[in-house]
Amino acid sequence: MTDAAPPLLRVRSLRKQYRSGDTTLEVLRGVDFDLAAGEFVSVVGQSGSGKSTLLHLMGLLDAADAGEIELDGVRVDGLSTAGRDRLRNTAIGMVFQSYHLLPEFDALENVLAPLMVRYGVLEWLRVRGAARAQARGLLDRFGLGGRLHHKPRQLSGGEMQRVAIARALVTQPRVLLADEPTGNLDEATGAGILETLCELNRTDGLSIVLVTHDAAVARQADRIVRLAAGRVEDALPAAQRLAG
Amino acid sequence: MYKLLLCWRYLRTRWIALASIVSVTLGVATMIVVNSVMAGFSYEMQTRIHGILSDLVFESHSLSGFQDPQWHMDEIRRAAGSDIVGMTPTVAVPAMLNFQVRGQWVTRQIMFIGIDEASHAHVSDFGRYLQHPGNRTQLSFGLREGGYDTVDSQSDTTLPTRPALEGAGWPHRRMRVERERVWREKLDADRQATHAATPVPTDSTRSVDQQVDAVLAATSADAPAAATVAATPATDPAATGKPADPFRQARPEEVTRMDPAQEQFTGIVPGIGLASFRDTSGIDRFLVLPGDDVKITFPTSGTPPKAVSDTFTVVDFYESKMSEYDSNFVFVPIADLQRMRGMIEPQTGIASVNSIQIKLREGADLNQVRDRLRKVFPADLYAVSTWRDKQGPLLAAVDMEMSVLNILLFLIIAVAGFGILAIFFMIVVEKTRDIGILKSLGASAGGIGSIFLGYGLFLGMVGAGAGLALGLAIAWNINRIRVAVEWLTGEQVFDPSIYYFYRIPSIIDPFTVAWIIVGAVGIAVASSVLPALRAARLHPVEALRHD
Ligand SMILES: Nc1ncnc2c1ncn2[C@@H]1O[C@H](COP(=O)(O)OP(=O)(O)O)[C@@H](O)[C@H]1O
Ligand SMILES: [Mg+2]
Repeated sequence: MTDAAPPLLRVRSLRKQYRSGDTTLEVLRGVDFDLAAGEFVSVVGQSGSGKSTLLHLMGLLDAADAGEIELDGVRVDGLSTAGRDRLRNTAIGMVFQSYHLLPEFDALENVLAPLMVRYGVLEWLRVRGAARAQARGLLDRFGLGGRLHHKPRQLSGGEMQRVAIARALVTQPRVLLADEPTGNLDEATGAGILETLCELNRTDGLSIVLVTHDAAVARQADRIVRLAAGRVEDALPAAQRLAG
Repeated sequence: MYKLLLCWRYLRTRWIALASIVSVTLGVATMIVVNSVMAGFSYEMQTRIHGILSDLVFESHSLSGFQDPQWHMDEIRRAAGSDIVGMTPTVAVPAMLNFQVRGQWVTRQIMFIGIDEASHAHVSDFGRYLQHPGNRTQLSFGLREGGYDTVDSQSDTTLPTRPALEGAGWPHRRMRVERERVWREKLDADRQATHAATPVPTDSTRSVDQQVDAVLAATSADAPAAATVAATPATDPAATGKPADPFRQARPEEVTRMDPAQEQFTGIVPGIGLASFRDTSGIDRFLVLPGDDVKITFPTSGTPPKAVSDTFTVVDFYESKMSEYDSNFVFVPIADLQRMRGMIEPQTGIASVNSIQIKLREGADLNQVRDRLRKVFPADLYAVSTWRDKQGPLLAAVDMEMSVLNILLFLIIAVAGFGILAIFFMIVVEKTRDIGILKSLGASAGGIGSIFLGYGLFLGMVGAGAGLALGLAIAWNINRIRVAVEWLTGEQVFDPSIYYFYRIPSIIDPFTVAWIIVGAVGIAVASSVLPALRAARLHPVEALRHD
């Protein structure tokens, strides 16, 4: 929001195309996008407009064909695989529409998973106590204090999504990337999730990119970015967009 | 850390993967059992062969042998002095053994081996294979008063499986003589009573009778009655004078001086297989006992060789547990054999032998010493061979058998490997989304791959470990299992009379076992490499989109 501050996430002329056989599908044709620290931005667009693709590129899960991505003023698009793995583990938290919890792990273990990925066995034994306390704190905060040892299949959709958010936050990431987190949930539950995200943004100053095709959901954000025809159509503050 | 935990969770939730390692387990167990039993047999065989043959055997090609063994031994010592511990000359000729069982003559083809009483046991384990404890310490070709083992000294049973040896030796000999005397008297009385009516006995019976007559007549004529012999035999004087007795003609003087209850002929030690058989209850039945006399026909050393026969007294049995040897060898003092075969030059008194058994110091290189001797002695006259050379084809066959079996069994484990491969691929496909999730959380490709490698390693270790336990349990209890199987099926699984072992030998070589385990675990890991690579290379986005 504050134009003077350098953006936390800066995306420039990002291009991505999918080639299958002799047909080429240009999904992103030069996307420019900024996210300031502490900002909550919604990315909207029709299904198939490339929202998820953009999110995956920003989450370093995929490589763009062209363009730049900067995180905290540092180019991250050209990083080595190991560097990208490390950033994903430390700086980026991701939440998906279908929760993507590990079915073999219980709620607490799912939340701890990124930390387990980060540490080797010996280190893990050293940090385990602190990590568990932190994970438990997050789950408590999301109202799951009594469900620590329930497997994902024993949890409802909303509970699973809250576990997923806790997992994304346990690494204390710079930015949270959420891909239609309410897409699989009923309205009330979805609203609860959304409220959680807003609250995180407000109280913790968490920077959030929220991808959705639902205008009502998008409205919760500080700013809405519309993706169409592979570009960002316009970027208006949410209130302004709704007014216009 | 997540790798271990996930590995464990995958294992706990996918017991099906354990099914794929049952064949690893069975393969490992079978390999361990087969290898230890084969190694046991091979070891038994090798020690026995080696115990029978000395380290090196120095032979002449001709049956009449070479002269002056002392000179040869000096030459051998000069060529390979430092490696030689002992040497002993032997004479070996093919021969024929005849003995009587209930009036029937039994003939056996044998290898008649003249050995030096004093030194032979020093170059091989010969002494260990004898049945009299005294002979095991120092061999004597003199008949013993008794004390032959009724328990097989080489087995770990304490059951007297050879009750017949209880009375063997002089007591048996005296009893036999006495029985023959009584029998003779009765026969003579019968014959006199029904002289006109009785048909002439068959030739074979008659010749035995005549021999016994001769012996008994000699006793009554020359020797004073022994205190141990109950009575002086009353013999038919007419029988002693029968000129048709070939035995008498051959050695008239010896025979006339001989009291079989007091004296013996030249002592021999036949292989136990020549004189006994094992019945179904595991008891050894003897056709001939120490104290009995037998006849042996062998070639003289002249050209062409002539067959000569002589009578010998069995003084002990030789049991190497190699049926090939135990049913073939008969040992006799070398000096007697040389004399009887005419191998002693009348002018000089120098005897010939046809082989020299050489024992080398512990750790000497057999082949190297052999080659050194081969250089000194011309190959067209002498053959120098190690005990391995002598049994080369047999040992090679056993080795070959073992390798082929191992290859076949290892294929079983390889098949198990393909099972693991297939199941792991299924698990990777099933877990694609989880792999995407882990990658989105920052897991590296190597980390993801190592989950599956570790999984394979774990399965391999569990499979091989179970196989190890099972294999060792079977190998250690192989004889108990044999007994159980025999009891269940009522059929004999392991016939001790073939091998002369009472139990199935089994040697667990830690090195072999280690190789089997390493091989099995290696196969399990190797077959998880492809699925692991596939998992590692999954594209995170595609993995996440997968459902
Ligand atoms: N791996 C792929 N190969 C080919 N086309 C793809 C692939 N992934 C996504 N697409 C296509 O790219 C377009 C954008 O997809 P996506 O980013 O998921 O859209 P959104 O999330 O906005 O619904 C869609 O038309 C989709 O079919
Ligand atoms: Mg999408």
